[in-house]
Amino acid sequence: MLTSVLWLTLKAVVLVVVLLLGAAIELLLERKVLGYFQMRFGPNRVGPWGLFQPIADVVKMLVKEDIIPRDADKIVYRMAPIIAFFTALCAYAIIPWGPGDGFAMSHPNAGILVFLALGSLSVYGVALGGWASQSKYSLLGSMRATAQMISYELAMGMALIGILLMAGTTDLTKIVAAQDNLYFIFPQILGFMVFFVATLAETSRTPFDLPEAETELVGGFNTEYAGMRFGLFFLGEIVHLLNMASLVTLLYLGGWNRIFFMEWLPPTAAFFLKVCFMIFIYMWIRVTWPRLRYDRLMSFGWKVMLPLAALNLVGTAVYVALWAPKA
Amino acid sequence: MLRDIAGVAKGMATTLKQLFRPKVTISYPEVKKPRSARYHGRHELRVYENGLEMCVGCELCQVACPAAAITVLAAENDPASPHSPGERYGYKYQVDLLRCIFCGLCEEACPTDCLHLTQEFELADFTRESLILQKDQLVAKAPSGFKVPLGVYPTYEGRKVVKP
Repeated sequence: MLTSVLWLTLKAVVLVVVLLLGAAIELLLERKVLGYFQMRFGPNRVGPWGLFQPIADVVKMLVKEDIIPRDADKIVYRMAPIIAFFTALCAYAIIPWGPGDGFAMSHPNAGILVFLALGSLSVYGVALGGWASQSKYSLLGSMRATAQMISYELAMGMALIGILLMAGTTDLTKIVAAQDNLYFIFPQILGFMVFFVATLAETSRTPFDLPEAETELVGGFNTEYAGMRFGLFFLGEIVHLLNMASLVTLLYLGGWNRIFFMEWLPPTAAFFLKVCFMIFIYMWIRVTWPRLRYDRLMSFGWKVMLPLAALNLVGTAVYVALWAPKA
Repeated sequence: MLRDIAGVAKGMATTLKQLFRPKVTISYPEVKKPRSARYHGRHELRVYENGLEMCVGCELCQVACPAAAITVLAAENDPASPHSPGERYGYKYQVDLLRCIFCGLCEEACPTDCLHLTQEFELADFTRESLILQKDQLVAKAPSGFKVPLGVYPTYEGRKVVKP
């Protein structure tokens, strides 16, 4: 009993450290990679290759003055960034990094549903943050972000059911095990596209980042947040991105199953490589595509994504009912 | 539909190609972009090969300056130890870099080709006083390739006393 509690605490500490380090590295990596895509260097002054830039950023955010608007709701204003960051960190607790125990903190039978639930909870951080700021732009930004996130969650869930049908379980480890022969991206290519676009919208990334684009709506829901509170929102968004990349890897790219030309990689390294590849794709998309206007974004989510996901679901259901071998 | 996907793929391929192109950034303090020969940088007062200053204190640069950055006061040459060939020289020469707009009109106005705008542009400093350059900071250290022109300056032996 005690050993399991200690083991759990160790996993929790390692997870938080890895996620925070990963978020800091992703902060730097995004700026460098975006710079290289744009024929310039990213930050390269602070350390060799700019390696100390995240430290400089975090120190800057920590020493900034903590400004709270006079009419802001006292409790909600302080809770909103905490909710956003906390749910993002929590959602990673059920993601295994390897076969067997996989260093995940828990293996619930309804793994994916827990993840989706925590992802939906993170929308609260955005909504409450914009409301508690008592500012018009923040409210508009947060309402837009909330509506966008919940409408694309529907498409995401529907695309997910295709995976559940093919794997026959919601446990993440078993889903990866079911991809032994063939990654699910190949039979579920339509579902993958829908899911991928939906994760882009969930994490408010370009081309769906109108709610918080600096040039459009000042800062969106995080306009009135200064210093480390903004830092929490920002890091929470990056951790959310890591979550989504890991989830896509687990569900569609075969998790830690071997990559066909690199058989010798240990499973955790294979998982890590695939997550890095997904993050690279996210950055590549960010540097290539312009922003979607908000009404087009919403109509795309409801009129294109949802029917496509439903189509994928029906097709998968027919396949599983008629042709799949009975387990 | 397929055309749309092809369009998307083409866009992504374009950005990917940029990843492998050489970067256009010049890493500034280590690498400096060379300026043109006519670049308007900091002022300098050139000297002849024999050491005499070229500045004759005519104050034309002061008149030409649109920003009133140059202040010149002329004085009479001592024939025993002249500063410049001829009668006058500029004994106070002051350029206020904070007023200067680096237009080069003073360089064009100088009749003896003395005033020259160099290629030095890294002029930032911490106090206002240090950016008002006096004559000792402006006189060029190395002699230019100019020789004293013949037939321009009559020899000067001091002021002639006119006998009534």
